[in-house]
Amino acid sequence: MPAATLNRRAVTAQLLRKRDNALVVTGLGSTTYDACAAGDHPLTFPLLGAMGSAVMIGLGLAKARPDRRVLVITGDGEMLMGLGSLATAGVSRPQNLAVVVIDNGLYAETGMQRAHTGHGVDLATIAKGACFASAAVIWTQPELDALEDRIYSVAGPVFATIKVTAEPTPIALPPSLDGTYLRTRFRDALLGPGAPD
Amino acid sequence: MPESVAPTTRHNAMNTPTWPDELYEALMAADVRQVGYVPDAGHRRLIERCHANPQLATTSLTTEEEGIGLMVGAYLGGQRGVLLMQSSGVGNCINMLSLTAECRIPLVMLVTMRGEWGEFVPWQVWMGQGTPSAFESMGVLVYRVDERDQVADTVKACTALAFNTRRQVAVLIGQKVIGTKPFK
Repeated sequence: MPAATLNRRAVTAQLLRKRDNALVVTGLGSTTYDACAAGDHPLTFPLLGAMGSAVMIGLGLAKARPDRRVLVITGDGEMLMGLGSLATAGVSRPQNLAVVVIDNGLYAETGMQRAHTGHGVDLATIAKGACFASAAVIWTQPELDALEDRIYSVAGPVFATIKVTAEPTPIALPPSLDGTYLRTRFRDALLGPGAPD
Repeated sequence: MPESVAPTTRHNAMNTPTWPDELYEALMAADVRQVGYVPDAGHRRLIERCHANPQLATTSLTTEEEGIGLMVGAYLGGQRGVLLMQSSGVGNCINMLSLTAECRIPLVMLVTMRGEWGEFVPWQVWMGQGTPSAFESMGVLVYRVDERDQVADTVKACTALAFNTRRQVAVLIGQKVIGTKPFK
C-alpha cells in the first residue's frame, strides 16, 4: 500500500465547505472532532456514542428527506463495526446519500491500535459489493478535489474512503455533549422550532 | 416432535389472523412513515402490508441494531417510524439504545416473542426470557400483550406514549398471540 499523505482535518474542512443545505452525520470519535474543528453547524448531527450507527442514521435521514443531500462522515473503525449497514444502505439505493470514511487504518481514539483496514481490508470494495452506485479510494489531493463535488451531486448511494495520515489532532467538541440539545438543535434547524414529534 | 399447542402459525382460511391487519391500521393512524425490520415469521403479514404501501419507507435490516439508527435518522428528518423484530434480536440493540435514550428520541419497537408459550427450540428460551430485563436495563418502557384482540389497542397506546413523551417503548407480542412455530 502507498503511504497516506492527506491530513484528516484538511480533508474534512474541504468536504464540508460546499455543504450548502446538506445534512451531515459524523461518527463516534475523531470524525466528530474533525467536523467540529471545521466549524460547528446545527445541521451536523455529531455522534459521541453508538459506534457503528452512523450510516444507518444517514439512511433514515435520507429516506425522510429525499429533497436534501445527506453526507455521513465516519471513521474506518466505526464503519467496520457497522459493515452490515453498508449492505442495508446499498440495497435501499438512496440517491441522496453519500458515505465518506476517513481512513487512517487505526483506532486513534484508543491508542493507535491497527484496524483491519490497516491490514488491507478495502472498504470501497465492500461498498461496491454492497450495491453502492459508486465507490472509490482516495489517496491524493487531485482525487479529493474531484470527490468534493461528487459527494453532493452524483446519484447515490456514493461511497469513498479517504486515506489519511495518523498524525495526532486535538479534540474539538460540539458546544454541548448533551444528546437532547444536539437533536433538538438539528430538528429546529431542519424542520423549524416546535415541529411535531 | 412437539405437542401441538394451539394456536399455531399454520392457519387455515377460516383462521387467518386479523391482528396484524389491525396493527397495520394502528400504525397508519399514528402517521408512521418508516418501518425497519429483521424478517420474522410472527410479523410476516405486517411486513407484507408495509412493503405493499408505496407511501411507507420499509427497510429490511441485516441486524436489529441497525434499526435503532434508522429510527433516529427518520426522527431527525421529521418522520415517525417503528421497528419490528423478534425477541432473539433484542440483545443486539443494547448499545444502540443509548442513542435514543441520551437524545430522548421516540422509539417504538414491536417485538414478537420466542422462547415461551409452547416453544420447541431450547436455544430460543434464553434471549426470549431475557428480553424484558434487557430492555429495562436501558430504560425502555416495556408492555406486553397476550391476547390477539388487544394487540392493536396496546400498540396505539404505546405509540402515543412514545411520541407524546419522547420515550423508548417496546411492545412484547406474546408467543400465544403469534402461535407456536411448528417443527413438523
